[in-house]
Amino acid sequence: MLTIPCPWCGERDVHEFRSGGEAHLKRESRTDNLSDAEWADFLFLRANPKGEHAERWYHVHGCRRWFNAVRNTHTDTILAVYKPGEAKSEVSQ
Amino acid sequence: MSQSHRLPAGGRIDRSRSLSFTFDGTRYSGHPGDTLASALIANGVHLVGRSFKYHRPRGILTAGSEEPNALIQLGLGNRTEPNIRATQIELYDGLTAASQNRFPSLEFDLGAVNDTLSPLIPAGFYYKTFMWPQRGWMTYERAIRRMAGLGRAPDGPDPDRYEYRHAHCDVLVAGGGAAGLAAALAAGRAGARVIIADEQAEMGGWLLSEGDTEISAKPAVDWVEKAVTELAGMENVTLLRRTTAFGYYDHNWLGLAERVTDHLGPYAADHLPRQRLWQVRAKQVVLATGAIERPLVFGQNDRPGIMLAASLRSYISRYGARPGKALVVFTNNDSGYRTALAAHHAGIGVAAIIDSRAEASGPLPQSARAAGLRIYEGHAIIATTGRLRVDSVRLGRLAASGDRIEGAGFGIPCDLVAMSGGWNPNVSLFSQSRGKLDFRAEDGVFVPGQSFQPLRSAGACNGVLSTADCLAEGFAAGAEAAREAGFANRKPAALKVTEPDCPAAAPFWLAPPEKPLARAKCFVDFQNDVTAADLKLAVREGFQSVEHVKRYTTTGMGTDQGRTSNVNALAIVSATLGMEMPAVGTTTFRPPYTPTSFGAIAGRNIGALFDPVRRTPIHEWHAAHGAKFENVGQWVRAWYYPKPGEDMHAAVNREVKAARTGVGILDASTLGKIMVKGPDAAEFLNRVYTNSWLKLGIGKARYGLMLGEDGMVRDDGVTVRLGEDRFLMSTTTGNAATVMTSLEDYLQTEWPELKVYLTSVTEQYATITINGPKSRELLAALTDDIDTGNEAFPHMSLREGTVAGVPARVIRISFTGELSFEINVRASQGKAVWEALIEAGAPFDITPYGTEAMHVLRAEKGFIIVGQETDGSMTPDDLGMGWAVSKVKPDFVGKRSLTRSDTVREGRKQLVGLLTEDPKEVLEEGAHVVQVALQQPPMAMLGHVTSSYYSPNLERSIALAVLKGGRALIGKTLSVPMPDKVIKVTVTEPVFFDPKGERANG
Ligand SMILES: [Zn+2]
Repeated sequence: MLTIPCPWCGERDVHEFRSGGEAHLKRESRTDNLSDAEWADFLFLRANPKGEHAERWYHVHGCRRWFNAVRNTHTDTILAVYKPGEAKSEVSQ
Repeated sequence: MSQSHRLPAGGRIDRSRSLSFTFDGTRYSGHPGDTLASALIANGVHLVGRSFKYHRPRGILTAGSEEPNALIQLGLGNRTEPNIRATQIELYDGLTAASQNRFPSLEFDLGAVNDTLSPLIPAGFYYKTFMWPQRGWMTYERAIRRMAGLGRAPDGPDPDRYEYRHAHCDVLVAGGGAAGLAAALAAGRAGARVIIADEQAEMGGWLLSEGDTEISAKPAVDWVEKAVTELAGMENVTLLRRTTAFGYYDHNWLGLAERVTDHLGPYAADHLPRQRLWQVRAKQVVLATGAIERPLVFGQNDRPGIMLAASLRSYISRYGARPGKALVVFTNNDSGYRTALAAHHAGIGVAAIIDSRAEASGPLPQSARAAGLRIYEGHAIIATTGRLRVDSVRLGRLAASGDRIEGAGFGIPCDLVAMSGGWNPNVSLFSQSRGKLDFRAEDGVFVPGQSFQPLRSAGACNGVLSTADCLAEGFAAGAEAAREAGFANRKPAALKVTEPDCPAAAPFWLAPPEKPLARAKCFVDFQNDVTAADLKLAVREGFQSVEHVKRYTTTGMGTDQGRTSNVNALAIVSATLGMEMPAVGTTTFRPPYTPTSFGAIAGRNIGALFDPVRRTPIHEWHAAHGAKFENVGQWVRAWYYPKPGEDMHAAVNREVKAARTGVGILDASTLGKIMVKGPDAAEFLNRVYTNSWLKLGIGKARYGLMLGEDGMVRDDGVTVRLGEDRFLMSTTTGNAATVMTSLEDYLQTEWPELKVYLTSVTEQYATITINGPKSRELLAALTDDIDTGNEAFPHMSLREGTVAGVPARVIRISFTGELSFEINVRASQGKAVWEALIEAGAPFDITPYGTEAMHVLRAEKGFIIVGQETDGSMTPDDLGMGWAVSKVKPDFVGKRSLTRSDTVREGRKQLVGLLTEDPKEVLEEGAHVVQVALQQPPMAMLGHVTSSYYSPNLERSIALAVLKGGRALIGKTLSVPMPDKVIKVTVTEPVFFDPKGERANG
């Protein structure tokens, strides 16, 4: 059971959140310009790393805001959280 | 009632009081402080169960929660509980216990024929034998389950109460032995909030069983009492006895199961829960979970009367019991001698100490020699005898290599065997925390290595053995944990400990048996009946990974998770493979540490509290008028309203007819409602719906389809424009929260530039639909400020005004194809408006209708329900709703996917209607549709029935279905195969009633 520090509310139990999968997938505003391969990449293909993973979380039972987190998928450590639109923080290394 | 095997004095039992209990119907007595196991031993009872596979007689092996054999059916009736370890059951007066896995009785068990047949039941027997023919497994399984299996679950509901407790602390200490108490003292004195949990009734761990250990020149138990008193006096310390830390999860979140009143049986106070599940978030954790003695693997090492050496010491010192009269000790280390001496001092005859080492010269062996005990160095037990209890051991001299016996074996009579193969650090919780284990070759143990959570291991679970080391590690760990949590402190000074020196043991994995190994019954896993021969067979058959061997042989797969067997199994497998133990792997421990009751896990989330119930503001009226209800998600909705003498069919038919001939009234308050506000609200809707929204006039309503980015229909509903920057969106009943989450996602992460605000208003409004040709007259009768005329209030529009004297939004829309008005009022006024409509509707014979009639009415019109006609794989075109998708909008969610090769291919499933040959035949929803029905499956499937009803307006059955290439099949006859018959159906358009849609506009 993780605790996740919501960038607006602070550290909360994972029960309050919903996971939204990989972060920084940019949805083009004119998707009809995309080739099948580009669209398939956006729609279906997700990174599945063992290690650092930037992902989206929704504080559904809290401030109702989406944000991003960098989590180590192996240790489940949350390395950073940041707001939508902010660049992926430089973490670890 | 004699307690024939009770020592005359000693032990932590209250001899002034006697407790009566029964085991398999026989009455015995014990004392407060006894466990069921110690009380049985004090009454001379060793035979307590039959083994899982061979039904061999089994006795009490241990004195703790690692017990694999003594699994008991405890209690009666709905309070009975299976598979409880006798070593953990505290005795109370009137306790009723029974053995398991035997028929008809423990002494005479028919299943024991499996033991005779055991050469025929090798490792993987079930896999090998019952694989073919596949369908036979159904029969075999039933027979196997009757023969095997452990205890029985109660038949009725659990009458007891369970609770949750959520807690935070700075330092959680798991285990209350020497190391755990020391850690709690150090952290508690520093001021940290400490929770210390121990699974036993008393804190102290092994110190309670070691009569020869002194701390600060006093018996160890005195130090335990002092430590517990000090901890109990600290406000920042919570002491939890009878509490098992059973699960170590992410981010230092641990589950503890506290058995609050189990030990009181029927004498528990009513206000207390039976068990309490603690969910603890700890800044730091100290694991002080001790060590578990390792059994020795030798021929017929499983007979009742054979137990672990330190456990025997526990029965003697802690419980004042005398497990036998003639003891043989079999050991590979000095602690076996400690047991022999304890038994000797308690007046138990010690027939022999058999030591696998060529020479035993430590202080304990010297004391044993001085006491005149007979020692066989360089020997091993090669067989045992005795039917229901061991009555002799046979031993032989080990060759220097240790893997065979030299010369002839010989026998020694005995009724008790104590075995000691060294100590395995109890790393279960550490392993659960994802910690990596390191292998320590000199004594063949796994010790905690790298950890991935803020924790430290201390004491025997960390691989140290002496009390002095355990105390020192505990003090250090507690002080460090407190410091890490922000509490500066000094480590307590070391204590002087006097105890016999017991160095770590050199491993001795398998004593060469007298018989060939395959028939020698050298048990490794007592609970699952896995022998050394089974493990070697698995390796011969090609299994190399210990995880595979485990599953193939079932070693370590019992309720004890192989606590006494895993390391021995690993050693035998790696020796057979000729590999180092760490190269073969370790097994992973998983929660729960010991079986945890479902009651504790469920807590109060049962019955009415299992899931929140949502009722509409008009619910009471429905209930008062005899409605039958159905659950839709968490909502309770009126299903139909039977009149006296009506069955469901008759009631629904009447409701459906009334809604098309007079006026029906439906409580639609459960529809999801989201207020969409802001200057960019129209643009936002334009992006999330498939059709156009920018030009929708104020006061107009529009139906919209919402897709996922994959192009599949996710939701639908009608949205009305209340103003330039305000829309009221409706979603399907079950989908409101999901839609809201998805909309917030787009707004916040994809299009943050849009100024739009979303508010859920589902529960703020009551929604009442009046439906049918008389609905306009009814509405007109209750409003004086809304012009209800057909031109003044056209289809798909909104009017705001008053209805029955209260402010209302009225939307003229239709989910039935009839003239229909949806009246939205404040939730608090919903019931009053409903009652006013019922009263004003009396002249029209107004008919309340429920969800079932609503479904029939919409199915007559071929209107889809998301989640019924769709399953996440239907595009708008599949549903025949291409008309709802804009051809001109540059983009909307899901648009790009509508031109994917898969969404435009031929042969996709499409929505169609089905009419049965026999108009009275109502298809089953979910039934498969095929071109030609064969005698038996498999048959090529075209699709399935999604909705099916009897339509009283059409006086025949109707159904909707999704079929591959469905629209091209219209007019064709297909088959729906059912278990007892084949139903012929004709494919039709999915609209059965008023296909031109004239009635809603009337
Ligand atoms: Zn938040």
